[in-house]
Amino acid sequence: MDDLLAEFVAETREMLGALAGEIVAWEANPDDRARLDTIFRFVHTVKGNCGFFDFPQLEALSHAAEDALADVRAGHRRADSRLVDAVLAVIDRIGVMIGEIERGEPLSEATDDVLIAALAGELDDGAISQIGSVRHSPVTPAAEQRTIRLPVDLIDQVMSGVSEMVLARNDLARRMQSLGADTGLEAPFARLSALIAEVRDAITRTRMRRIEGLFSTFPRLVRDLSAELGKQVFVEIENGEVELDREMIELIRDPLLHIIRNAVDHGIEAPAERLAAGKREAGMLTISARQSGNTIHIGIMDDGRGIDVDKLAAKAIAAGTHTPEQIVAMSREEKIDLIYEPGLSTAETVTAISGRGVGMDVVRANIEKFGGTLEIESLPGEGTRFLICVPLTLSILPSLTVEAGGQTFAVPRSYVEEIVSTAGGNLEFAQIGERRYLTFRDRRLACISLGEALRLERNDDPTLFVILRLGWGDLYALEVDRIFDHHELVIKPLSPGIMKSGLFVGCTQLDDGTPVLVLDVAAIGYGAGLPRELHRPSAITAHAAPRAEREGLRVILFRALDGERRAIAMSVVEQVERAGAAAVRRPGPDAQIVLGEDILPLAGVPADVELPERITVLRLCEGGERIAYAASEVIDIATLDGVLKRVNGQTHVVGVTLIDGETAELVDCHALFASQAAHTPGHGTLTCRLDGDETWMRNFLGPIIEAAGYRIVDEGPADVAFVEGDIGDKDECEARKAIRLRSAPGPADGPDSIYRYDRAALMAALLRAGQELAA
Amino acid sequence: MNEMLLVVMLAGRRAVIPAVVVNSVIELGEVTPVPRTAPHIAGLAALRSRPLTLIDCALSLGLDREPTDCRTCRAVVVEHEGHLYGLMVEAADDIVAALAEPGPLGADPGPGWSRVASARIETEAGALPCLDIAALIAGPEEALAA
Repeated sequence: MDDLLAEFVAETREMLGALAGEIVAWEANPDDRARLDTIFRFVHTVKGNCGFFDFPQLEALSHAAEDALADVRAGHRRADSRLVDAVLAVIDRIGVMIGEIERGEPLSEATDDVLIAALAGELDDGAISQIGSVRHSPVTPAAEQRTIRLPVDLIDQVMSGVSEMVLARNDLARRMQSLGADTGLEAPFARLSALIAEVRDAITRTRMRRIEGLFSTFPRLVRDLSAELGKQVFVEIENGEVELDREMIELIRDPLLHIIRNAVDHGIEAPAERLAAGKREAGMLTISARQSGNTIHIGIMDDGRGIDVDKLAAKAIAAGTHTPEQIVAMSREEKIDLIYEPGLSTAETVTAISGRGVGMDVVRANIEKFGGTLEIESLPGEGTRFLICVPLTLSILPSLTVEAGGQTFAVPRSYVEEIVSTAGGNLEFAQIGERRYLTFRDRRLACISLGEALRLERNDDPTLFVILRLGWGDLYALEVDRIFDHHELVIKPLSPGIMKSGLFVGCTQLDDGTPVLVLDVAAIGYGAGLPRELHRPSAITAHAAPRAEREGLRVILFRALDGERRAIAMSVVEQVERAGAAAVRRPGPDAQIVLGEDILPLAGVPADVELPERITVLRLCEGGERIAYAASEVIDIATLDGVLKRVNGQTHVVGVTLIDGETAELVDCHALFASQAAHTPGHGTLTCRLDGDETWMRNFLGPIIEAAGYRIVDEGPADVAFVEGDIGDKDECEARKAIRLRSAPGPADGPDSIYRYDRAALMAALLRAGQELAA
Repeated sequence: MNEMLLVVMLAGRRAVIPAVVVNSVIELGEVTPVPRTAPHIAGLAALRSRPLTLIDCALSLGLDREPTDCRTCRAVVVEHEGHLYGLMVEAADDIVAALAEPGPLGADPGPGWSRVASARIETEAGALPCLDIAALIAGPEEALAA
């Protein structure tokens, strides 16, 4: 079950439990205001929560109860025994529904309409007694998922205790090693290690949740918003794998939503305006998350019009918060900061989507309240980027340890894109003055010597480079002397004196207890002169001639895993995301990928190519079918206008065309989805009933039938029924088609009877039945 | 009950730190240097699983001296604003009792000392300056900035 749903069920159950006593007390004295309030709060909360999920029945019921109780609270209505009965029946009914939701069953049909009518006071006594029977119908409680609420402090305390245990264990391991083999302690030590690991995992899980759960709601939000506003916005989500304290996720939800709404509403221009500005029609919104020490960086970047500082300044003057002289003296950055002034907005008109009076001042205040920061950078015509940094208390950070200038440092792994070495001999360098550039996947990346950045020694002949990806997609190559290992490190805060240098985010300890500094790779990169440019993959096309009048196919241009430039129709691409190679099953034609909670077929994975550690995944969606397509990177969005040349012998490629002077293969979406459709005929729309030896049919036959696209029903009419030979004809009338099975091989004893292990004949019969039904 | 004081040797002079704020006195093992930080921050060590920021007190005085040798010095462990610090001094051996309440410093005790010494205390071992831990941690640059 979905995490959120589980929480909803647990919370509702908890409230129901607490309510039990209140209900009895209220029943005894319906005028008791305090009890009434408690019950009102309960139905109100349930109503609010189920608006979030899709439980219309539950919502209608709790809404009706809320209305009735609100009338009582307002004094428009007296809580007579009928109303009390009806409310109590509703509460019982909510309990039953919660049980059904928890078990994943569909909500049972019941007398909800009667209950709602009773709440509205529209029923006579007869119906009321019927409600009584509803209310007292036996409710068998499901095995509850038991939960308790704990203060976060206590969990923190346990967590830091566990961290200490890990260090003590590492120390013990080191001492045992120096004792040599055969101390007799190995087995108990291994057991202790396993136990500590288990406890650590469990306690970490109590607090952490993947940010993906939050991010996954954004593409839909943006889609709806942009449709409403008549804009085209393409969302890219990066690294939803970052984990964050679950409390923190709740806290950043609203500020993020606000910023995204603002970006779509005010930031990204209407398509015509974009084309006139020489940009591509669809705006790009990038949402990314990175972990860095005890901080999570969340970036929201659009390529829209940027913040109009002059308009902001004019508003500030008009609002009387600043004098014209003050404005003139301000730098552009200071003017951008005016956006935090209460009541200032650049929007001309207040729309339904944003600009409802909740300004950036409130957003920033909300972020700062829990120790976060919000930064805004904006270039006119180029776009705006928001960077939210929120603390992550007590984090365990996967890191890479490296050496420079004779010292060891840790780099947060979420920044590491790749490690390259000159040992392979095929690295290409360029030298611009004193700055070295490394060519990496067709991009020239500035090299920054870690030793030099830290004022240690600079190695003049570096051989190892860690390619780092900063929050905005800026890449650079960090020169290091040695690379040691991946570690899971517990990050501790540094004293303010050391933090002042701004180069480190924290400190951690290696297994032997030595403290190691964790690098702030963004500060090092920018500190060494890396330009803070808005990273736009389409920067080249922005300068090209506007493409307004072209009527070609809109495609996304990407580099496939085999190195080919390919294009795919933009309309089928639902989302672009990055995933680890570990999520890919069985590379080759039958590859699958795990994306969030979905397992999707993955195309574009050659069988003989070793997967890079991280791949870009295009999520394709058409008519409810989903396919993932693997790529190494997205290059651009383009319009197909060249001649398409057919190529032979290429599966899943329609042909080759020229885009910006280079060849690109156009992916054959039809073939992709066709091959997928071949695996799932029928889409489960046809039903099938199994009559006969239940166990055999369920266990042996069931999976084949389901795989063929049928939905198995227990009883009642079905499209197809499998009937075992010795069962009479009486059931057949309830199925549109019947397939008879017999348990003995040999000649058939009827026209439609098949030996139950004659697989070919079985499948053929099933297929024929499906075709005849469809006809 | 008279206040107990830890007598330390700093830049060749004796001074005291109130014993109540002292966590422990340790000898240092491996020290991890911290690049690009203030000179009086000597590096990081670990006290069990907590990081210990080492303050070279002689440099924190602002005296133009060689950095204190980590292997021969003692570190007085104190907790300040939630962080652990190791104050590196030449010696920290005696605990003495104060004979009177802390009083004014009197005449200028000399460069550096006027900033890190907060008071003069009569003790069993004579009159000694009492060190201001926050000033030691902040170091000389902070004082210039302020």
